[in-house]
Amino acid sequence: MTWVAFLEMLPKLASGAVLTLELLFLSACVGLFLAVPLALARVSKRWWLSLIPRTYIFFFRGTPLLVQLFLVYYGLGQFEAVRESFVWPVLRDAFWCAAITFSLHTAAYISEILRGAIQAVPVGEIEAARAIGMRFHQVYISVILPRAFRMALPAYGNEIILMLKASALASTITLMDLTGTAKTISSINYMPVETFVTAGAFYLAITYVLTHVIRFLERHLHPDRKEPVMIVG
Amino acid sequence: MIDLQGFGALLFAGTQVTLQLALAALVVGLILGLLGATAKLSEHAPVRLLGNGYSTLVRGLPEFLVVLTFYFGATDILMAVASTLFGYDGYIEVSAFAAGTTALGFIFGAYASELFRGAIISIPGGQAEAARALGMTKRQTFFRITLPQVWRIALPGLGNLFMILMKDTALISVVGLEELMRVTAFAVGRTKEPFTLYLTAAVIYLLLTSIASLGLRYLEKRAALGVREALS
Repeated sequence: MTWVAFLEMLPKLASGAVLTLELLFLSACVGLFLAVPLALARVSKRWWLSLIPRTYIFFFRGTPLLVQLFLVYYGLGQFEAVRESFVWPVLRDAFWCAAITFSLHTAAYISEILRGAIQAVPVGEIEAARAIGMRFHQVYISVILPRAFRMALPAYGNEIILMLKASALASTITLMDLTGTAKTISSINYMPVETFVTAGAFYLAITYVLTHVIRFLERHLHPDRKEPVMIVG
Repeated sequence: MIDLQGFGALLFAGTQVTLQLALAALVVGLILGLLGATAKLSEHAPVRLLGNGYSTLVRGLPEFLVVLTFYFGATDILMAVASTLFGYDGYIEVSAFAAGTTALGFIFGAYASELFRGAIISIPGGQAEAARALGMTKRQTFFRITLPQVWRIALPGLGNLFMILMKDTALISVVGLEELMRVTAFAVGRTKEPFTLYLTAAVIYLLLTSIASLGLRYLEKRAALGVREALS
């Protein structure tokens, strides 16, 4: 590979990386937002309430993301009602379709992570909160959820990284994300291996930064785990 | 019942290709996973580096990018190898099925090698020593003592990986293999009913993953036959 070709593709791939990061950020935030009510309904003792998230999770974890993406991007346009409604300008746009699908997809996985964390909150803490007179929703807001979020953080970080990799599928619905840009470049310079490997290096770099951000957050949220200051003297 | 407008048979044929692809990639992936795990546990530092590099790199890359690299790059790489090693300068075409199987197997192997490594080191070293003391060769020890237990320990993890693999087969549609996704897209082009057809495809994938999870539960039970349980 010539250095010129390599240097030429870098700025293009960088702008693709920006789109990838936008999609990732949106879906990680919206996914988390959707996952909280899903997880709460999932741990409910009323069977009909937990049935909704169960079905939702079963569908989104059991089918390929590509099918989900195509269902939203190509599928919804089948219905006259959708095409004439006010949401059509949004659903016609590939970017928003990808953002919506990724958010719904990752919400299913995040809600399972949150469910595990909620169920792992020590019973004694909940009993103690009830014993000092907290109401049920107060227990959730000030005891269970903060604890659960902290415990779920490492797994949430994993999910973000999985989502970063899954976001490469955005290129299948015409989006110029990192992978889409690499595909276009390789069809111009006829160097698929070199181009895809360079794009891969971008993904690895993003993963590297993300893991460190999450590790920093983890340390920040667990002040009790900070290493003791060594006193030299 | 939803109307598939006569495309049911086509979808069925696509499902068969999807299954073939998943099983072929599973075989490739299990072999690569075992090789990767052996490399990671090797006594030689360069071999260890190779094994660790393989799983670290592949696990950090999007599956779709790996598939694209394999499909579009395989021809380039094979032709370069053929012309330098064998002096063959003709055109080599790689089929979508072959590229898909290798790519998915390559990805599966990277994750599986971590599972196998964990399973191998969790087996008490005394067992291998005992087998060696009884006069078994290294190869016999591996196949008779280590591998059957590795299978049991790694099985739940491998099951998860197989589910992911089944869903990843959809990616191969992008490089032109006539599997479930591809035939669905074809039917969509004819019927102009994308929602109905993609939803049908989704239900087929759900069926496949559900059947696979039932099969895995059976396999797990079978593999754990001789294991004592303290709590049950």
